[in-house]
Amino acid sequence: VATVTLVYFAWVRERMGCDSESVAVPDNVATIADLIDWLAARNGHGAAAFGDAARIRAARDGEMALPGTAIAEAREIALFPPVTGG
Amino acid sequence: MIRALVQHDDFDPGAELAAMGAHGAVASFIGHVRSDDGVAELWLDHHPVMTGMALERLADGAMQRWPLAAVTIVHRVGALAAGERIVLVAAASAHREAALAACAYLIDRLKTDVPLWKRETLADGSARWVEPREGDAARAEGWG
Repeated sequence: VATVTLVYFAWVRERMGCDSESVAVPDNVATIADLIDWLAARNGHGAAAFGDAARIRAARDGEMALPGTAIAEAREIALFPPVTGG
Repeated sequence: MIRALVQHDDFDPGAELAAMGAHGAVASFIGHVRSDDGVAELWLDHHPVMTGMALERLADGAMQRWPLAAVTIVHRVGALAAGERIVLVAAASAHREAALAACAYLIDRLKTDVPLWKRETLADGSARWVEPREGDAARAEGWG
């Protein structure tokens, strides 16, 4: 079990009901994709925010990440919808 | 010279462009909040660290592709009313080809590469998060 800070943006934050949280991630949650699935199954907020994994993007310690990116030893994982600036 | 800013405050386009220096060509793009579908207010979410870093990386990418003397990007965040300025991108070079191409590159890639999220509030008080436009990703990818 490793502890990581999760930070949420846009409608992911609204659906999670918080800006960020420190979570203990089980050892079998190894990648960004695993993390999204685990969060979706964790509670109702998670199901609402992460039920459709294809709509979620992620960054690991400030660098854009892919579904297969490992989360071991990450300090911060950001989870958010596709960006819409400009 | 790279100037990349994430801020709530408005910016002065004339002052920003003048500060880039008297190069042969200075090209710029300014975006304003549209009032499509009766949008009364836009609110922009951003990452406190990643957004500024992404703007700097975007500017650096343009500097590596074209012979530019200066790149300026200013993106506003927080609550903005319809009609307000939201973004400035500008590129300065000795000649217009590089400045114009870099300016288009900067705004196309900004839309897909920078952590910013828009929420629209309509006149009736309802709010919705903006979805990426069809074609934005293709335009950005077109730059390779």
